[in-house]
Amino acid sequence: METKNIMIVGVGGQGTLLTSRVLGGIITKAGYDVKLSEVHGMAQRGGSVVTFVRYGDKVYEPIVEEGQADVLIAFEKLEARRYAHFLKKDGVLIVNDQEIAPMTVVTGSAKYPENILEDLKKDRKVVAIDAMAEARKLGNTKCFNVVILGVAAKSMDFTKEQWLEVISETVPAKTVGINQKAFIAGFEK
Amino acid sequence: MGKTKIMLGNEAIARGAYEAGVKVSAAYPGTPSTEVSETIAKYDEVYAEWSPNEKVAAEVAIGASLSGVRAMVSMKHVGLNVASDPLYTCSYIGVNGGLVVIVADDPGIYSSQNEQDTRMIARAAMLPVLEPSDSEEARVFTKRAFELSEEYDTPVILRTTTRLSHSQGVVNLCDRENIPDKPYERNMQKNVMMPANAKSRHIFVEQRLKRMAEDASSFDINKTEYNDTSVGVITSGIAYQYVKEVMPSASVLKLGCVHPLPKKLICEFAEKVDKLYIIEELEPVIEEQVKSWGIEASGKDIFTVQGEYSANMIREKLLKEPVLYTADKDAPARPPILCPGCPHRSVYSVLKKLKIHAAGDIGCYTLGAVAPLNVVDTTVCMGASISTLHGMEKAKGKDYIKNWVATIGDSTFLHTGVNSLMNMVYNKATGTVIILDNSTTGMTGHQEHAATGRTLKNEETYAINLYELCKAMGIEHVYEADAFDIDELEKIIKRETQRDAVSVIITKAPCALLKTFVPKGKCHTIPDKCVKCGQCLVPGCPAITRNEDNTVTIDDTMCNGCGLCMKRCKFGAIGFVPNEK
Repeated sequence: METKNIMIVGVGGQGTLLTSRVLGGIITKAGYDVKLSEVHGMAQRGGSVVTFVRYGDKVYEPIVEEGQADVLIAFEKLEARRYAHFLKKDGVLIVNDQEIAPMTVVTGSAKYPENILEDLKKDRKVVAIDAMAEARKLGNTKCFNVVILGVAAKSMDFTKEQWLEVISETVPAKTVGINQKAFIAGFEK
Repeated sequence: MGKTKIMLGNEAIARGAYEAGVKVSAAYPGTPSTEVSETIAKYDEVYAEWSPNEKVAAEVAIGASLSGVRAMVSMKHVGLNVASDPLYTCSYIGVNGGLVVIVADDPGIYSSQNEQDTRMIARAAMLPVLEPSDSEEARVFTKRAFELSEEYDTPVILRTTTRLSHSQGVVNLCDRENIPDKPYERNMQKNVMMPANAKSRHIFVEQRLKRMAEDASSFDINKTEYNDTSVGVITSGIAYQYVKEVMPSASVLKLGCVHPLPKKLICEFAEKVDKLYIIEELEPVIEEQVKSWGIEASGKDIFTVQGEYSANMIREKLLKEPVLYTADKDAPARPPILCPGCPHRSVYSVLKKLKIHAAGDIGCYTLGAVAPLNVVDTTVCMGASISTLHGMEKAKGKDYIKNWVATIGDSTFLHTGVNSLMNMVYNKATGTVIILDNSTTGMTGHQEHAATGRTLKNEETYAINLYELCKAMGIEHVYEADAFDIDELEKIIKRETQRDAVSVIITKAPCALLKTFVPKGKCHTIPDKCVKCGQCLVPGCPAITRNEDNTVTIDDTMCNGCGLCMKRCKFGAIGFVPNEK
């Protein structure tokens, strides 16, 4: 199998690492070779963060390079725009319809770009979701990251049952129920 | 056997050490090395500790090795500078039980103050260096490092990089080896490094390295992969993966032992290939040695010494393939920032108001240097805030630093700041030191330290009292204050910066990311009362954004209820809803 390239981008603290852990779990279970690359340390403090996931028969480098991502999962709109050029021509961009102003915007030295989704849709396959709203409906805003994963899962090669199983093995026991609900909310959207 | 697990490079290093029978592990946290210790601490068979700094940690591991057990110490690249004093000399002493030094470099400077290359220090200290290229190799090479350490009577450095340390890959799990302790025998000539003994040990070290260099050509961790011989690449570590990605048909000499170099193997390889490239991140350490043997090769003439490498970079520079993509240059940057509810922001907001400069230090609070706070003027290395302030005072006089303070975190203070404070007292300095006590080592992901009351193994222990420690040094003016009590803080800082004596202000409030942190409530706006003055925005909390009409919105999913914005609002336009108990 040709190596599949997935990227997860967002703002430090949004919970991208949980998503990559679930992804790592499901890929390993399916018996593929896999490499994931994450950002720890200073960048996690509200900075722009990116996680790379690659799987296939044999994976060498742990990072996804420009123009190579099959699926780009963006937890925030500006980050979607920042990393959009990593997508393949026919790659899918999953965007959480949320704005988090970077400090450059808060202090007034930059403007948060307008019409990000519209611009991105011009030449890419884009799936947008308001994951925070979905999570609110479920009564727990913290699980919005799993809602996004549910949406993204539709562009990947695993079954709903496989995902639910790995989620139950990855998240803390107390939160399995809510996280599985969040996943389904995204998956069946 | 047969069990596999997906692991970070750092977790795999810890697994390798565990399988190698390591009994003692010591470290000070530092990105990207921290998870090595956090992982090894989970094995009951291994004693693991956070030491106050890397020098202490190295000496703990040296002592354990001398006593006859396998021991390791781990650190980030700049931690090696702190630990280099014991390590340079331990190179002379050698080992009893195997001794492995894990050092994590940070090409690309993701979370560091410089981009130094550990191999340069290893060459100066005459210590061997192994370099794995994925998680499985991290496990295997760590075990190999213990074996080589005992075989050659030398500490061995296992070098990793951020990308390797923080990438996960599939790892094969093996059982822990049963390594019996070696007997301890007094050996004054070997273990007491005074001039007469050190002279003969220096000769031993030179011979040891020479012997290892000869043997290295047959080390199983140095591998040649012959394919098309028109192009040959010598590489190591993570760079190997980029080479394999881009040039699957090239011949490759993959070095697992990057110091000393296997000269015979390299010469043979160079002989067989038409065009030789050397691809190594950071300094041209392999390249310069290979070229000094009269071998022609291409390396830093086309590749950079800065930052991380990538497959695309090799495509562009070596294969001359244009990489067609357009990055969005107009997307506003998103640099890291202090979190909502961070106590550092509160202290810095007071310093900003008083127009005070801060000699800064290493930690999250370094972020006080950037807009909108702009308070921190200098950052050098761990502990330097206090001593650089002292240097300024000695150079320019006590009045010159009346609008200066030193700011340092609790963990960093105990790392090396305490020495600098001792120096201020001893050398009759004046000046104000603010210890930003958030009860943890924050930036690296919340590790315990000597003043938190818990060990790396999560056992309860005595918590060193920072106030009493400063008092015991003879400092009369030591004050503790709530980091969020900005009126009280302002009063103390104004008073103490004018004092002709050493003052220490310990500002206290826990890091908002600690698992034990429970927000007291949430702030919200009362739009009718807002006069659009923007005072709440001054400290730069990411949970508050300005609306188009210049009123503000507080994001209730981000707010940690510190109340700083509310205290700054003179118009009662920010309310607070306490959390239900």
